Amino acid sequence: MTFVAKPRVHHPLLPTNEIGLTRRDYEGLVSTLCAGCGHDSVSAAIVQACAELAIPPHLFAKVSGIGCSSKTPSYFLGNSHGFNSVHGRMPSVATGANLANRELYCIGVSGDGDSASIGIGQFAHIVRRRINMLYIVDNNGTYGLTKGQFSATNDKGSTSKKGVPNLYEPIDLVSMALQIGASFVARSFSGDKTQLVPLIKAGLLHRGFAFIDVISPCVAFNNHNGSTKSYDYLRTRGASVVTADFIAAGEEITADYAPGEVETVHMPDGSQLRLRKLDTSYDPHNRAHALEHVLEAQQEGEVVTGLLYVDPDASDCHEILDTVETPLNALGEEELCPGSDALERINASFR
Amino acid sequence: MTTYNDFVIRFANVNGSGSASANGMFAKALFRMGVPIATRNIFPSNIEGLPTWFEVRVSEDRHHGRREGVDLMVAMNAETYAEDVASVVPGGYLLYDNSKGLDRRLFRADITEIGIPIAKLILPEFPDPKQRKLFKNIVYLGALSALINIDFEVITGMVSTQYRGKDELIAPNIHALEIGRGYAREYLDCPLPIQLRRTSGLGDSIMIDGNAAAALGAIYGGATICAWYPITPSTSMAEAFEKHAGQLRTETDTGQRKFAVLQAEDELSAIGIVIGAGWNGARAFTATSGPGLSLMSEFLGLAYFAEIPAVLFDIQRAGPSTGMPTRTQQGDVLLAAYASHGDTKHPLMFPSTPRECFEFAADALDLADRLQTPVIVLSDLEIGMNDNLSEPLTWDDDRRYDRGKVLSREDLDAIEDFGRYVDVDGDGIGYRTLPGAHPTKGAFFTRGTSRDAYARYTEAPEAYTENMDRLLVKWRTAASLVPAPEISGHGHRAGIVFYGSTAMPMGEALERLADDGVQLDAMRIRGFPFSQEVTEFLYRHEFVFLVEQNRDAQMKTLLVNETGVDAAKIVPVLYYGGMSISADIIQESVLDHYEKMRLPRLWAVGRGTRGGTPAMQTVIGRGTPGEDSVA
Ligand SMILES: Cc1ncc(C[n+]2csc(CCOP(=O)(O)OP(=O)(O)O)c2C)c(N)n1
Ligand code: SF4
Ligand SMILES: [Mg+2]
Repeated sequence: MTFVAKPRVHHPLLPTNEIGLTRRDYEGLVSTLCAGCGHDSVSAAIVQACAELAIPPHLFAKVSGIGCSSKTPSYFLGNSHGFNSVHGRMPSVATGANLANRELYCIGVSGDGDSASIGIGQFAHIVRRRINMLYIVDNNGTYGLTKGQFSATNDKGSTSKKGVPNLYEPIDLVSMALQIGASFVARSFSGDKTQLVPLIKAGLLHRGFAFIDVISPCVAFNNHNGSTKSYDYLRTRGASVVTADFIAAGEEITADYAPGEVETVHMPDGSQLRLRKLDTSYDPHNRAHALEHVLEAQQEGEVVTGLLYVDPDASDCHEILDTVETPLNALGEEELCPGSDALERINASFR
Repeated sequence: MTTYNDFVIRFANVNGSGSASANGMFAKALFRMGVPIATRNIFPSNIEGLPTWFEVRVSEDRHHGRREGVDLMVAMNAETYAEDVASVVPGGYLLYDNSKGLDRRLFRADITEIGIPIAKLILPEFPDPKQRKLFKNIVYLGALSALINIDFEVITGMVSTQYRGKDELIAPNIHALEIGRGYAREYLDCPLPIQLRRTSGLGDSIMIDGNAAAALGAIYGGATICAWYPITPSTSMAEAFEKHAGQLRTETDTGQRKFAVLQAEDELSAIGIVIGAGWNGARAFTATSGPGLSLMSEFLGLAYFAEIPAVLFDIQRAGPSTGMPTRTQQGDVLLAAYASHGDTKHPLMFPSTPRECFEFAADALDLADRLQTPVIVLSDLEIGMNDNLSEPLTWDDDRRYDRGKVLSREDLDAIEDFGRYVDVDGDGIGYRTLPGAHPTKGAFFTRGTSRDAYARYTEAPEAYTENMDRLLVKWRTAASLVPAPEISGHGHRAGIVFYGSTAMPMGEALERLADDGVQLDAMRIRGFPFSQEVTEFLYRHEFVFLVEQNRDAQMKTLLVNETGVDAAKIVPVLYYGGMSISADIIQESVLDHYEKMRLPRLWAVGRGTRGGTPAMQTVIGRGTPGEDSVA
C-alpha cells in the first residue's frame, strides 16, 4: 500500500484561526479506511475541533491501540506525534505519556474491540486514574480490521452481516465510565458533526479524564438492517439529551442549534462550556441521574447522545500524585540527582 | 578449639511471629561489631503461621555465598524441629526452648543441645500473651549475646534507636534481653567455642539489599516514573523507590514531587506506562518477576521495534506463581533475552552485588536512552531481598545523564532532512524527536515495523528487511556498551563462567577447588549482547564450567546461540532448588566432572597454602594427558 500525502499548499481564502493556521494545518494523511467509514467522520470532527480551539498542532499527543479506529491518528493532526501501540493497551501508553509531559493535549482513539474486550481492564483503570486526556472510542460494534467478528458492545440479538445473531449481553462503556468515576462522559454519533465537534472541544479542555463513545458505523461489516450500530439505526433511534456548544474564553462561536435551555459550565482554563438541554429535566452534573438516564433509554432501545456528565472541578492524576508543574521529562540532573553528599548520608543510614 | 567469626547460624521461626525484627537486630549487631556477614531469608509464600528461616553466614574470610550445614541452629518452630535438628553439622549446636519436653528420638549425640526455658522465663514477666510471643525472640537474642559474645551494648543501643519515639517499648525489650542473657550466663557454658570478635575490617561498608540499592540507582540515574504491579521479590524495589524519592525528590517549599509512582492494574499496564513515558523522553522503569515479564512480552516487542527506551528490573524467583515465588532462581534468562514475537532481543545486565544493583540501575537508564530500546536488569531474590555487606554507594557529581540521540527544537531547525530511523552515524541508532518538540518539524507516527526509515507507512519487503538489518547493527553497538565481563586468572586450560548472584559463593568455591588441585580461569558475565571478550574466553579454553541456577542451562543456550561456541565445550553446573547455590555444590560438581572425565589435577607447590608459589606441578592425575578432553 502506498501512502498519499495531501498537498500542503493552502488555498489563499481558507479561513485562519487565532494562531494563523487553517484547517489544513490540522489534517493528517489521506485516510486508507473504507469509503464511508464512520471513523473518518470522527477524524474530521477532531480536525475541526482542534483547528477551532487554535491549539498549536504539535502540542497534541495522539495515542491508539490496534484496529481500523486505532489507525485514524494518522489521518488527523499530521504535525503531532502519534503512537499506534498494542491492542487494548493504549490507556497505559497514554498514562505514561501524560505522566511524562503534562503540558501536551493527549487524544486517545480506540475501538470497541480495543477498549471493551482486550483492553477493558486498562480502560477501567485509566478512568480511575483520572488521566488528563480525551479518550474517544470509535464504536462500530464489530472488529473492523479482523473482518467483522462481533465485539462486546454489540447488542444482544443484533445480527452479523451474514445474519448470525449475537448471543451475549453488551458492555456499555458509557455506563461503565460513569460508574468508575470519569469526570466527563459523552456519547455521540460520527454522522452528527454538529454535536460531536463541540463535545471534542469540551473534552479536550476538560481537566481530568474525558470520555466520548462515538457510534461510528462500519460500512464494510456492520451497516446492515440487523445492526444496532448502523447509520439508519442511529438516525432513527438516537435520542440527543444534551447538546454541548463550546465557547472558548475569547471569541464566541455561535452555532445554529435547536432552541432550549442553556447551561454554562466553566472550564478550568477559564473558557466556558454551554450545554443546551433538549430535555429540561436533564442535569449533566448528576452522575447517578446520568447513569439512570442511560439505562432507561437502553431499555427503550434508544441511544442517548450528548454530554451526559461533567464535573468541571475535577482533578487529574498529576494533582492526585502531587507532581511538580514542570513536565517530568523536562527535569535534568540538577533537579533529579540528589548528589554525592546526600548519598553519603544514605550510606550512613545503612550502617 | 575456639574459632572466631566463622560459622553459619540459622533461626527457625514461624512467620508472622515477630521474629524478623529480632533476627534483623541480630544481623545488624554483628555488622556494627565489624563482623562480615551475609544474611538470607528463607520464607514461604504466606503471611502468617508457616515456617520461615533466617540464616546468617559469618565469615571473616568474606565468604558470603551459602554454605551447606548449620553450625548453630536456633530452633523456635516445633513443626520443623526434625529437619532443623538434622541440618546441624556434626559438632554443631542446637539452641531450643526446653520449657516443654521435646521428642527425645530427635536428639543427636554428635551435637550439643542448649536448652533454655524461654516460655517459662517469660511467663511471669509479661502478662500480655501477644507480648510474650514477641519477647520470646528477644530472649533468645539476649541468650545469644552471652553464648557467642555479641556486644551487649551494641544490642541495647539498637533497641533504643529502633523504638525511639515509642519509648515505652524500650524498657521491656531490654528486660527481655537481660532475661536471656542472665539465664545463659548463670546456667550455660558461655561463650561457646564458636564465637564472635570485633574487627575493624568492614571500614565504611554498608548493609543493604539489592532492591533498595537498585531503587536508589534509579533515583540517581534520573528515573522520574515508576510503574509496577506487586510481585515478590520485586515489590520492595518499587516501594524503596517511592520511599527514597519521597525523601530526596520532594520540593521543600511546595511539597510537590519530582517523580510519579503508579501501582498499575497489571504488568501489561506497568510496562505500557513505562513505554508511554519513554516515548515522551522521561526516564521510567518497572520492577517485576518472571510471571510479570511473561505478561510484558508483547509490549517489549513493540518497544524493540518502535525503538522506545524502557528499563525493566526482573528480580527473578523460582517458577510460576504457584512455583516457589519466595525462593531464588535464575530462570528468566532466555525469556528476558528474547522476550516477544518476531525477531527480538534485548540488552541484559546481570548485577552480582547490591552495589552493582545501584550502578546498573543508573547505567541501564543511560543505556536505554542511548540504544533507544528496552534494557532488562536481571537480578534475583538472593541479591534483591537479602541484606548484604556492600561497599558504600558512590556517585560522581560530574556525571551527566546520557539522554541519547534526541533532537531539540534548535537541532530540528538546523537540519533539512529528518528521518526517524535513518542510520546517520552508522551505529544503527537513529535520531528521535519527542512529542511537542517543534511546531512543524520532526513529528511522526510511531508504530512497529510497517514503515520506512522516515517512519512513513509501508509494508514493502525491502523496507522491512532493511530496518531489521539496521537493528542488528544497533545490536552490535549494544555489545560494546553493556558492562564488560570480569575475568580473573589466566592461562589455565579450563574456565568457569557465572553471572548474577551465583558470584556470591564463587570466590570460596574457587579457593576450595584450588586446594583440590583444580585451577580455573573465571569469567563473570555482566551483560548481553556478549562482547568479544566473552566469546574469546569461551574459545580460548578447552572447556568451561557454566554455573547457573536453573534447570535448562539457559545461559549455555544463550552463549551457544549467540557466540557459536561448541556446546560440548560447556559443562553446566546447575542448581535449581530455590535456595541460593552454595560453594559446596559448585565444588562437588566440578570435582565430579574431573573424576568422571579422569582429568588431571594440579596443585600449587606448598599444597593448601592459598595464593602460594605460582610454580605448578602435577601431583595426581587419574587420567593421562591427552585423555582428558570433555565430551
Ligand atoms: C494481541 C492481539 N490480538 C489480536 C489482534 C488482532 N486484531 C487486530 S484489530 C482487532 C480488533 C479491532 O477491533 P476494534 O477495536 O473494534 O477496531 P475497529 O477495527 O472495529 O475500528 C483485532 C482482534 C491484535 N492485533 N493483537
Ligand atoms: S472495515 Fe469497517 S471499520 Fe474498518 S475501515 Fe472499513 S468500514 Fe471502517
Ligand atoms: Mg470496532
